[in-house]
Amino acid sequence: MTLNDLTRETGEWLRGKGPKGEIVMSSRIRLARNLDDLPFPHWAKPVQRAQVLARVQDMIKVSKFLKGSMFLKIGELSELDRLFLVERHLISREHAVEGTESNQKGVVISDLEIISIMINEEDHLRVQVMQSGFNLQEAWRVLGQVNAEMEEKLAYAFLPEWGYLTACPTNVGTGMRASCMLHLPCLVITKQIDRVLHAITKLGLTARGLYGEGTEALGNFFQLSNQVSLGISEEEILDNMERLIRQVIEQEEAARTALLNQSRNSLEDRIWRAYGTLRSAHLITSNETIEMLSLVRLGVDLGLIATLEQGKVNQLFIQTQPAHLQKLEGRPLTPSERDARRAKLLRESL
Amino acid sequence: MRCDLCNEREATVHLTEMIDDQSRELHLCEPCAREKAPKGLQGFGLAELLAGLADFGSKMGEETKAKLVCPRCKMTYEDFRKTGRLGCGQCYETFHRALAPLLKRIHGSGEHVGKEPAAGKVPAEELSQLKEQLKKSVAEEAFEEAARLRDRIRALEVKPKRARKI
Repeated sequence: MTLNDLTRETGEWLRGKGPKGEIVMSSRIRLARNLDDLPFPHWAKPVQRAQVLARVQDMIKVSKFLKGSMFLKIGELSELDRLFLVERHLISREHAVEGTESNQKGVVISDLEIISIMINEEDHLRVQVMQSGFNLQEAWRVLGQVNAEMEEKLAYAFLPEWGYLTACPTNVGTGMRASCMLHLPCLVITKQIDRVLHAITKLGLTARGLYGEGTEALGNFFQLSNQVSLGISEEEILDNMERLIRQVIEQEEAARTALLNQSRNSLEDRIWRAYGTLRSAHLITSNETIEMLSLVRLGVDLGLIATLEQGKVNQLFIQTQPAHLQKLEGRPLTPSERDARRAKLLRESL
Repeated sequence: MRCDLCNEREATVHLTEMIDDQSRELHLCEPCAREKAPKGLQGFGLAELLAGLADFGSKMGEETKAKLVCPRCKMTYEDFRKTGRLGCGQCYETFHRALAPLLKRIHGSGEHVGKEPAAGKVPAEELSQLKEQLKKSVAEEAFEEAARLRDRIRALEVKPKRARKI
């Protein structure tokens, strides 16, 4: 498998088939881990970071779960390819930034993009598993297996008192960050979203935008994740998140029902106008696309647009991003060329 | 709750101070926290906040703190204060007393209760590979590499002993 093969495929998490897929786009869990005998990436010498990279590469060769995965060195990727991986949520923006450390940074990507491992990001290893829909349990089952196998081959920095040790003290303990990407258009339309987000942040969750830390909540997408990682077990973290997110889902469902009952015409008007824009535009920006696709996605979920599948809409959120368009076209595009290419893709797909 | 210092405003900043293993709670209002709390707490950006918090808690004198250097990665306590990031796993033991109140403040708890690596198990494959490499480097008279490998093997072999409460 090569990077270019991914352009034609869709990650497992975009299928739109998971539980509560109409509201929860995806579930993701990552574990931060560091090798016991080497300094953390920011403090390590290049030769030490290279050792981390080499050890992980060796580990993959003998791994049952990761055999056949792609192993990529960030320094060997073009800027376009790095951005492509960010858009697919396989690496973070920080990991993609070009610098002297890029040569010792890497990423492992499994079949169907279910498992990915960032090497030498803030920690030596950031192991993540992504699933479609509201499915933290399945993500945890897969991650547990991968982690157990890796632990047999790599010795991790660990103290009984403080758990797994990480570069930043905010991640010690379980080293776990679990998150769900929620699509909450009706809580936004009914102006209840601030109240809901305020309440969950008081109960130990953090809310962020589509592309994680520091990004805005475009297209009514909110990424909810746990704040604390020490003094609470992995299962408790997940249990707590599931309970809270289930309540957010219920709130969104109630808002959807209320809008359908009380202002069906105006809701349908918004949805069909968005669909019309996407089907007719000849120039469209990435942000407008996300806002419009969000409404179309809602239309599909409510059964108003019967001709479209949710998986198709999910895919378009990613395929209309700048790097994806350029990979599709096979050459670099200027921003205005991208707006035209994006509009063409949307017209053809919808 | 009123502020411990001015006894006027509502306390919104809650800190735990450690003096020789004795902990003391401190409840301050924001103006007093800014004014009276140790220097580090005056910056309120995330990085400064974290680095600033690192300053608080232990009553270790500046001199004692300045002397703290991680024997493995050579990070000083000052480096940690500047970056908000530790240098290696060993740093957590080196700066243990200074870190304990910080972790408690970030996570609301000081004890790990989650998964552990399979108890004291040494990754056998890695160990035998390393021993193989060590033999080779000695044969090739690559002594610097051999010394590194020897330390690594030692570290792995004493690992079960490190699985103790500190």
